[in-house]
Amino acid sequence: MSTFLGMPARPPRSPYGTGNLRGDEPFPRAAHRELGNGQLRRNLGKATTTIRTKRLNVTGELPDWEALRDAGSAIKTDAMNRLPELLEQLERKVTEHGGTVHWARDGAEANEIVARLVKATGSSEVIKVKSMATQEIGLNEHLESVGITPYETDLAELIVQLAHDKPSHILVPAIHRNRDEIRQIFLDRIPGVDPELDNVPAHLAAAARAYLREKFMATKVAVSGANFGVAETGTLSVVESEGNGRMCLTLPDTLITVMGIEKVLPRYQDLEVFLQLLPRSSTGERMNPYTSLWTGVTPDDGPQDFHLVLLDNGRTAALADAVGRAALNCIRCSACLNVCPVYERTGGHAYGSTYPGPIGAVLTPQLAGMHAADDDPNSSLPYASSLCGACFDACPVKIDIPSLLVELRHQNTEQSGTTPEKLAMRAAAAVMKRPALYTGAQKAAGLGRLVAGRDRTISRLPPPFAGWSDSRDTEAPPRQTFRAWFASDEGRAALRAAADEHDGSHAEHDPGDGRHDPGDEGHDHSHGEGEKK
Amino acid sequence: MRIGLFATCLGDTLFPDAVRSTAVLLTRLGHEVVFPPGQTCCGQMHINTGYQREPVPLVRNFAEQFGDGSIEAIVMPSGSCAGSVRHQHAIVADRYGDAALRAGVATVAAKTYELSELLVDVLGVTGVGAYFPHRVTYHPTCHSLRMLRVGDKPLRLLRAVDSIDLVELPGADSCCGFGGTFALKNAETSTAMLHDKLDGIAATGAEVCTAGDSSCLMHIGGGLSRIRSGTRTLHLARILAATRTTPDALTEAAA
Ligand code: SF4
Repeated sequence: MSTFLGMPARPPRSPYGTGNLRGDEPFPRAAHRELGNGQLRRNLGKATTTIRTKRLNVTGELPDWEALRDAGSAIKTDAMNRLPELLEQLERKVTEHGGTVHWARDGAEANEIVARLVKATGSSEVIKVKSMATQEIGLNEHLESVGITPYETDLAELIVQLAHDKPSHILVPAIHRNRDEIRQIFLDRIPGVDPELDNVPAHLAAAARAYLREKFMATKVAVSGANFGVAETGTLSVVESEGNGRMCLTLPDTLITVMGIEKVLPRYQDLEVFLQLLPRSSTGERMNPYTSLWTGVTPDDGPQDFHLVLLDNGRTAALADAVGRAALNCIRCSACLNVCPVYERTGGHAYGSTYPGPIGAVLTPQLAGMHAADDDPNSSLPYASSLCGACFDACPVKIDIPSLLVELRHQNTEQSGTTPEKLAMRAAAAVMKRPALYTGAQKAAGLGRLVAGRDRTISRLPPPFAGWSDSRDTEAPPRQTFRAWFASDEGRAALRAAADEHDGSHAEHDPGDGRHDPGDEGHDHSHGEGEKK
Repeated sequence: MRIGLFATCLGDTLFPDAVRSTAVLLTRLGHEVVFPPGQTCCGQMHINTGYQREPVPLVRNFAEQFGDGSIEAIVMPSGSCAGSVRHQHAIVADRYGDAALRAGVATVAAKTYELSELLVDVLGVTGVGAYFPHRVTYHPTCHSLRMLRVGDKPLRLLRAVDSIDLVELPGADSCCGFGGTFALKNAETSTAMLHDKLDGIAATGAEVCTAGDSSCLMHIGGGLSRIRSGTRTLHLARILAATRTTPDALTEAAA
């Protein structure tokens, strides 16, 4: 008797309607609103320009920066190629050191696991370390729905949380807020804050600190993400700037870490590469101020109850894509956001996902899909780029984001059925593959001369070109195509004249002109040395 | 050298001056320029918009038109088309082509150059005998800068032009916002990027903004025209083709 086991199913994406991997509207419409926000554009412009310069200074000073990028890329690619084996090794090591490992297929499962673990401690509050993974799965919303209050402890995340806002940047979640706005948020939302609070950054930080210190001392459970998880040793790592993460990781009795499965690294030594790449690429610092490393439970030191939740939520689906999987190599440094000319102008909210900017435009569609519903906003994300390539140059693990965008655009058109655009593209290709038809079409294009004004300029075009002509004039097509000119008497004569010019110039000049007097250089040199003495 | 000229569909149809200048310039430098008459389009717009099946015939046609062994190098006055031939045709051929197409694509990709690369790397010239007495600023287009890595080759060519007043463009390496169908699909973001580029150009006080891609110049030039700027756009090839005896029409008008 034989058993038919069926075709292996495609790994599931993040389920539709859960978490924060999809906006409510397509990118161009969301961008329209954000582009109209002058405050946002000024804040973003200033912040991204400053951080770009800082990053270039600290990456430029390392003689082996390119070699480090290659190493980072190679280690991540290797880790993705043997992800199952590394994850099982990580589980074994964490368990050996007294931790408990949980596997979550998707965000909903992870949320349930975390809520169950918190409830088991009897606590109704948790303090949180800044984490993309818990933002992705909407953990805070879930905890609130079951009566657990989460407190964000990263300053920027706190601002966002207090304002009931959404983060707009991976690293600087409140990049869209200035200090006047922050002052107002604190006055409105922090209980017992000094009503005289002004907008001096140090005073704002002090107000947040007073509020958070009390939470650190009183809360028994913390939830964190992880930047890296080392399979060889079972060590987890969080890097941060403020030290608030360190408080959460060390003070409570229970620590629950939610880690995307792509964060695993094979060896402890691999950290030497990433602890150089990450801070220099993200904050433009040589080292991040706080690096926390922990392995399971250390008796009588730190949390005595440690749980690691390994989150898939579409990552295996991304891994199944031979091209797209490169996006899993991302270490969330945000360098690509900071150099992106589109992100710089629209900000992060336009992407509708926890992961904005260039990496978001390739990661979000892979985790959550592009066609989970009619007019899925995620299908607009791969087009939110001019393919300028600045992100590829900045990425510390050399993810070729422009090529991934082109690949996802292809996947989108393949999954979209027959659209008017596809028909137009087919028609264009059908004409362009036959030179005779093509020449005819060029003649038809020449008719555009008829709609041009007297200055040979076209200033209004019908859809889909209306957006183009809103801000650009278009020159009328020329009288003659290149190929017509090339075949014409005029063209032949012009090229003959150019050829004659070449022959003529060769008869006149002696081409051997590389003369220079070596004596001069020798003199300068000895003069310079003489001065040094 | 026997050089195959690819006009590009945009250059052939809408911006023939840049292609003409490329042909004249290379002929003046003593090379034989051939124009395979069956050439049409490299398919870049299709590929960048997400269509890879549809341009297979275009990719094949390009390889057939320029595969001829007597053509030693292929030149095109466009960084993005050269980038497409060198980097994207293989992707299309791998996915939807046969072994013959893959081989054909590899052959033409290996001898394809954007204009400044051909001049500096292959022909070994920077001084091409050009004369252009105007204030000029150069915008490095993204695909020539980051896909082809032409580096400062266009600037070296421009610096060697007689009587040119070359001024640096602030924020030169930021994208102008064109991006092919990006300018249609995300017209407002594209415009926001364009306006910052126009501000940079205005700060130079240049009469001419030049680049190696007619497509980006169409976008920048369209914006300059709309704001009634005094600056105009001109393809790099036109500056390099202009000489004292046969100046560019712009030079004649200004004189
Ligand atoms: S894609 Fe690269 S540059 Fe962008 S956040 Fe990830 S690691 Fe950083």
